Amino acid sequence: MTAITPIDREKLLDIYKRTMKVARFDEKMRSLLMSGKLATIYYTMRGQELVTSAMMAALNQDDYLVTTYRGQHDQIAKGVPLDLLIAEIAGRATGTCKGKGGSMHITHPATGVMVTTGVVGSGLPIANGLALSSQNRKDGKVTVTCFGDGATNIGAFHEAMNMAQLYKLPVIFFCQNNRYGEHTAFADHTKVDSIVTRAAAYGMKGVKVDGNDAVAMYQVAKEAVDRARAGEGPTLIEAMCYRMMGHFFGADFSYMPPEHIEEMKAEDPLPKLNALMLEHQFPQDQLDAIVAGLEAELEAAVEFAFASAYPDADEIRKDVFEEEIAA
Amino acid sequence: MSDTATLEVGATKAKKPKQITVVQALNAAIDEAMAADEGVILLGEDVGAKQGGGVFKVSSGLSEKYGDHRIRATPISEQAIMGACVGAALAGMRPIAEIMLMNFVTVAMDQIVNHAAKLRFMSGGQTNVPMVIRTTTGVGVGFGGQHSDMLEAWFAHVPGLKIVTPSNAADAKGLMRSAIECNDPVIFIENILCYGLKSDDPGADYRVPLGKASVAREGSDVSLITYGRTVLDALEVAETLAAEGVSVEVIDLRSIAPYDEATVTASVRKTGRAVVLHEAVRAYGTGAEIASRLNESLFNELKAPVQRIGGAFSAVPMASVLEQAWIPKKDEIADAIRTTMEWKR
Repeated sequence: MTAITPIDREKLLDIYKRTMKVARFDEKMRSLLMSGKLATIYYTMRGQELVTSAMMAALNQDDYLVTTYRGQHDQIAKGVPLDLLIAEIAGRATGTCKGKGGSMHITHPATGVMVTTGVVGSGLPIANGLALSSQNRKDGKVTVTCFGDGATNIGAFHEAMNMAQLYKLPVIFFCQNNRYGEHTAFADHTKVDSIVTRAAAYGMKGVKVDGNDAVAMYQVAKEAVDRARAGEGPTLIEAMCYRMMGHFFGADFSYMPPEHIEEMKAEDPLPKLNALMLEHQFPQDQLDAIVAGLEAELEAAVEFAFASAYPDADEIRKDVFEEEIAA
Repeated sequence: MSDTATLEVGATKAKKPKQITVVQALNAAIDEAMAADEGVILLGEDVGAKQGGGVFKVSSGLSEKYGDHRIRATPISEQAIMGACVGAALAGMRPIAEIMLMNFVTVAMDQIVNHAAKLRFMSGGQTNVPMVIRTTTGVGVGFGGQHSDMLEAWFAHVPGLKIVTPSNAADAKGLMRSAIECNDPVIFIENILCYGLKSDDPGADYRVPLGKASVAREGSDVSLITYGRTVLDALEVAETLAAEGVSVEVIDLRSIAPYDEATVTASVRKTGRAVVLHEAVRAYGTGAEIASRLNESLFNELKAPVQRIGGAFSAVPMASVLEQAWIPKKDEIADAIRTTMEWKR
């Protein structure tokens, strides 16, 4: 773990806003799914709201992001507008991807979200390519790729890490170690204690951090971003966090031992962040007003999504290639 | 031959266009594209000057000219090569992934099938993947089961991919330039046995459109539809059968996908007979798709069932005698043509 130094209040407030936007979104999605108003596959990120918000707060809007199916928190923290995001999840023509991608394939280049993949580990090699384009063009952009601990045992992880270090690419491998790969506990799929130890195998800088500590997480993120932007190469960040629900929404998670559940409840990032904000002299009513504003934005986004039309059937002939497929 | 005659031949030769091999054609097309567009880059194993310009020398001289950042010699990491090209393409570059042999493409299938092919569609057209996947293969040199396969049918089955394969140097040059300029992923299949074939140099900035077949030999009795190395066999067989009074039209598809339905249908409508030939395994090959399309569009005009010829249903064997037993033979092609000629309803 790295030494913690204070961060400015503006940045902390920024992280708080991103975190709460994710949290309110997730709660809303689960309520829409529970009430039957929405029927879709949904991978809740409950427990990982803060870890990604602190990372994305260290990036610029035009920096690139590659994430995974459990990546709605990454996308929201990066800035994807809620209305377009929810419309996409609901399969509407107004969604980010015209309803053709869904929650597992959110793409929004305007906020740098270039790929969301449904295949574990596949984002890492692609992130290298985005970073390689920045290196060749000297455009100063940094690419972050998000994945979980489960992705670190697939071959693509190894190939991508080696290539990134070989070329000193401006890329950050952001492992949100939520301690479960689907239903399998970390210790049951990996024999080393920490993912970060693997960085040494590629000659890469690796940093392990408590992802639920806003200040520490931001410091680590900022340092990695600064290094990448300065041409000093990639960083593997292992941010420790918890996946507080099942693999996908509605999935059983009785396989999690009771002591693990107790541990993660104690480490819940949302009350921890709230306490930190109070500690930094943000009054509770200011925080409540921020959340109320987010609620209003979320309500409007849901309304927009449900009022939107479904895509036309002839969309299946469009975007296969640049030219439309003949009817 | 008199001195005068020699001089005349020499003079005629001077006016003739320069001859180039397939390797030179590919090298020239990539060179021209790199000179024209900073975004064109090449990633692959051994492709730099330090490694000798690639196993088949297609990238020879390019890293000296364009630098190591544009000609990137990679580790033996096909997933990383393919993924890096997908990412660079998403950012608006025009990467070329060189995968040394077609069988090694299987290591990177996820990046090709789930990502390169689908990202345009899944993003609702917000992103696209303008990349070329160059690879080579070929039966007949004793490379055995994991270095010889033609896997084009696998890729033709995936919406979002274009697949081309040249049978001569001029097409190699023109197709490569078009593939690099295409805004969607193109799989460019080369054949080891064709690398030394020579054509007249079509000159600078030459392009062959994707999705457009060529009539390699005109004929009126049977259409022989093929692509890649077997175009050479087809032309030889057509010559042999001409002596028997059978006029064979040879169609070189050049693009497997998109398939040039108009050219093929027009030819078979004219001849009423069709034979499809490919080096890939016959079973479930592209020949089945082509035969089926001809049945759908020309059932009442066909004078005989469409015949299919392809590789045997086994791994490509090493021993020369077995390899020759495996590969489509000229006798087989001629027999298939005779079958269509002699067919009685």
